[in-house]
Amino acid sequence: MSTTGLSPAPVPTAGPTIDTVPVVSRKTPIIFGVLTLALVLILLLEGQSGETTFRLAARTDFATLPELTVPSMGGAWALAVACALLTAESVRRYAGRRRTAAWVLVAFAVAWMAGFLTWAAAGETVPVVGLLAGSIALAVPLVFGALGGVLGERAGVVNIAIDGQLLLGAFAAALVGSLTGSPWAGLVAAMVAGALVAVVLGLFAITYFVDQVIVGVVLNVLVIGLTSFLFSQVLAPNAASLNTPPRFPRIPIPVLGDIPLVGPVFFRQTAVVYLLYIAVALVSYALYRTRWGLRVRAVGEHPKAADTVGIKVNRTRYRTILLAGAIAGMGGAFYTLVSVPQFNREMTGGAGYIALAAVIFGKWDPIRATMAALLFGFASNLQGVLAVLGSPVPSQFMLMLPYVITIFAVAGLVGRSRPPAADGVPYQKE
Amino acid sequence: MKLVLRNITKRFGSLVANDSISLEVSPGEVHCLLGENGAGKSTLMNVLYGLYQADEGEIVLDGEVQHFLGPGDAMAAGIGMVHQHFMLIPVFTVAENVMLGNESTGFAGTLDLDAARGRVREISERFGFHVDPDALVEELPVGVQQRVEIIKALSRDAQVLVFDEPTAVLTPQETDELMEIMRQLKEAGKAIVFITHKLREVREVADRITVIRLGKVVGEAEPTASNAELASLMVGRPVELVVHKDEPRLGDDALVVKDLHVRDALGHVHLDGISFTIRAGEVLCVAGVQGNGQTELTEAILGLQEHVEGSVTLDGRQLVGRSVRQVLDAGVGFIPEDRQADGLVGGFSIAENLMLNRSFRSPFVRGGSLRVDALEEFAERKLEEYDVRAPDIHTRASKLSGGNQQKVVVARELSRDLRLLVAAQPTRGVDVGSIEFIHKQVIATRDSGIPVLVVSTELDEVVALADRIMVLYRGQVVGIVPGATPRETLGLMMTGERPKDVVA
Ligand SMILES: Nc1ncnc2c1ncn2[C@@H]1O[C@H](COP(=O)(O)OP(=O)(O)OP(=O)(O)O)[C@@H](O)[C@H]1O
Ligand SMILES: [Mg+2]
Repeated sequence: MSTTGLSPAPVPTAGPTIDTVPVVSRKTPIIFGVLTLALVLILLLEGQSGETTFRLAARTDFATLPELTVPSMGGAWALAVACALLTAESVRRYAGRRRTAAWVLVAFAVAWMAGFLTWAAAGETVPVVGLLAGSIALAVPLVFGALGGVLGERAGVVNIAIDGQLLLGAFAAALVGSLTGSPWAGLVAAMVAGALVAVVLGLFAITYFVDQVIVGVVLNVLVIGLTSFLFSQVLAPNAASLNTPPRFPRIPIPVLGDIPLVGPVFFRQTAVVYLLYIAVALVSYALYRTRWGLRVRAVGEHPKAADTVGIKVNRTRYRTILLAGAIAGMGGAFYTLVSVPQFNREMTGGAGYIALAAVIFGKWDPIRATMAALLFGFASNLQGVLAVLGSPVPSQFMLMLPYVITIFAVAGLVGRSRPPAADGVPYQKE
Repeated sequence: MKLVLRNITKRFGSLVANDSISLEVSPGEVHCLLGENGAGKSTLMNVLYGLYQADEGEIVLDGEVQHFLGPGDAMAAGIGMVHQHFMLIPVFTVAENVMLGNESTGFAGTLDLDAARGRVREISERFGFHVDPDALVEELPVGVQQRVEIIKALSRDAQVLVFDEPTAVLTPQETDELMEIMRQLKEAGKAIVFITHKLREVREVADRITVIRLGKVVGEAEPTASNAELASLMVGRPVELVVHKDEPRLGDDALVVKDLHVRDALGHVHLDGISFTIRAGEVLCVAGVQGNGQTELTEAILGLQEHVEGSVTLDGRQLVGRSVRQVLDAGVGFIPEDRQADGLVGGFSIAENLMLNRSFRSPFVRGGSLRVDALEEFAERKLEEYDVRAPDIHTRASKLSGGNQQKVVVARELSRDLRLLVAAQPTRGVDVGSIEFIHKQVIATRDSGIPVLVVSTELDEVVALADRIMVLYRGQVVGIVPGATPRETLGLMMTGERPKDVVA
């Protein structure tokens, strides 16, 4: 029996599409609408008087930007109208079945934030540079943690223990920094500490196939217990010799550091922050452009396929999470070698969990995860700055701000995200 | 490169999957491996590819004994494999998949994607593959994905190529193209091992045929051997290749489908107003190239599709808009086309899989708890009746060979009081002996007065089972014709053309 000779004419085998309607998410216009409405309501219900000043300048050598002063209500209303126009643009694009362009997103975010600040800081001066620079400071450990998280998950290992890595890193940095008097030694110790947590994670999650989420949570609890115990028994009684780490000095970068607005925010930082820039660039380059990255991603997507082309799956996973742990550990060092020169019990305050959220919001991409972490840093700092300025918003609401902003931004900007296919699945040969 | 497998033995616990198997493949030769489901073909190939370690025996390439510790070693020695389940990374591009594990790099490990693209283009041109190196693998049709697997093997300079049931997932047209590719590879001097259950393919390309049964080589056959000879050698008894069936005793209209529309969440139309009727005691086969709405039709009847308009009535009761559970309770049996995704729970035992569609009431459940005795007794009986090759009823479904998994699904669906049977690709990946068995079951179901809807891309199967044949093309009915319609006419209809004498 043969059916040759009557093979049907080529038919697109990828599935019949008789008529097609492209899908455009309506999330963005809706979120824009809700946010604009919220801003208008705030302005209507809670009018302010006076003027708002934005201080854009720090000491810079090139040029000093002037202060920007606007009438609070007038300025805020103008920006609310701008938001409404951008929303209309987004709706128009949606109706035409087109996505909302990136510039519209950015313009909306800036306009809304400026409008809100103009209203909230009526009669005050907003230190824009301080606001942004502070955001970076709050975001640094988050970015390190998120980078580590992205790496691990790309290789197929879910790392809930980022918080543990940050905390143990902070502890090790404080201890070794104090003992040696060198912040660099502290930094290295933090990296080792982060990697150490990763070894334990790997042992259970990769070698013994234990559920990765459970191992991660247990590790976090373990590190909290361990560091708290050592802190109260060892560090606190000998604070002068064991808990007074040296700080990394601020190193302004010539020329770059003198650019108005950008310079003081990004380029008058400590070595740790410059290392962060390098790490983000290296990780995202290496992940997508190098042999190492290709293999890491292969192992996280389809370990069996990787195995059949001769890649050692579990070895690759171990190496990747060790590196990821070292990176997260550097984030921990930032707490004790830059922020406050001493270790405190549970001083990360759950930052590792926020970093984990940034990994997911950033769709498992190093750059996007960095952006998500930066956004969170900004929102946290905004809350702090507004509290100091004495904004009309009740403080309990202000504490919610970082989370609310993150949720709105993520809901509005991030499309469907798909984790690596083998994320969290141990690889077991038959 | 000449490949010799010498006395390979591989055991899984007490089960001897390969029992001292020897095999020779010379360059420029296609060597077909035939055998029932679970005979040990894939196991042997996995040993060859370094995925399993043989317990005894040796692999010899060009006179040198090899010791493969993993697939990496096998590949380096010049062995390439196109796996039964593709080993491609869906979110990578073709070029990335091809270079993985064998990357050419520039400074500091930077990927040289251009080199990989060039390699894909070169091989693709040499064999006329038409594969775009920058396409994402998940967006390619299966036939093209398979070519990517072949390119992957060739790009590592494989001299021995193993194809493990490559045609099970292909359309007839893609199959013909693959046969052509294999002929070219043969001419290029590759040694090829080809595993399939379809005898016509064997005769089309094979130079030598080795038949394996229960882990042992039971003989060699000439490519000139008839289908019946090959089949009986495989199964160890004579096999009816086309199941005998009597004229149908038709009853009333049982399944009535009127103006059925199905869309997916993205608004793509998959079924565009189709209508047909199946009478009690009749088999209607749906033919057509995969992806013309067949899957959606079966899923719409079962209640698995969301955006369904129109009407489907079974014995006068409306099924559209009901839950899957209600549809099952109405007496619909369903053999899904992808047994691993939709038919079985891999981690469950055979016995547990056999009660999936009756998980909430008698005979297997009483007062909310399982009646283990009744279930085990039932499972033992079905294992015997359907000749499922497995150590026992507690074996996990995922450990069974493909054909045996399929038998478990068929056994479950047919051992209930049915009022309609919907069978999608009921014999995909199943050996000739089991095909005979499953076909007999389908016909017996029909003869007991039940309407049967069969969806199949195998024209042989359609012709063997159908009382009437419906051809679908791009979501519409091209025509419904008698079972005895010539294949040429059917082939034409599958391209969307309606011959003059056929009415829609
Ligand atoms: N990893 C495993 N553990 C235990 N038993 C196994 C394993 N893999 C295969 N088997 C058993 O070994 C036997 C041979 O299986 P194999 O997959 O080689 O069959 P096959 O000839 O390829 O069948 P098919 O044509 O259905 O693909 C079967 O009985 C199967 O149940
Ligand atoms: Mg097999």
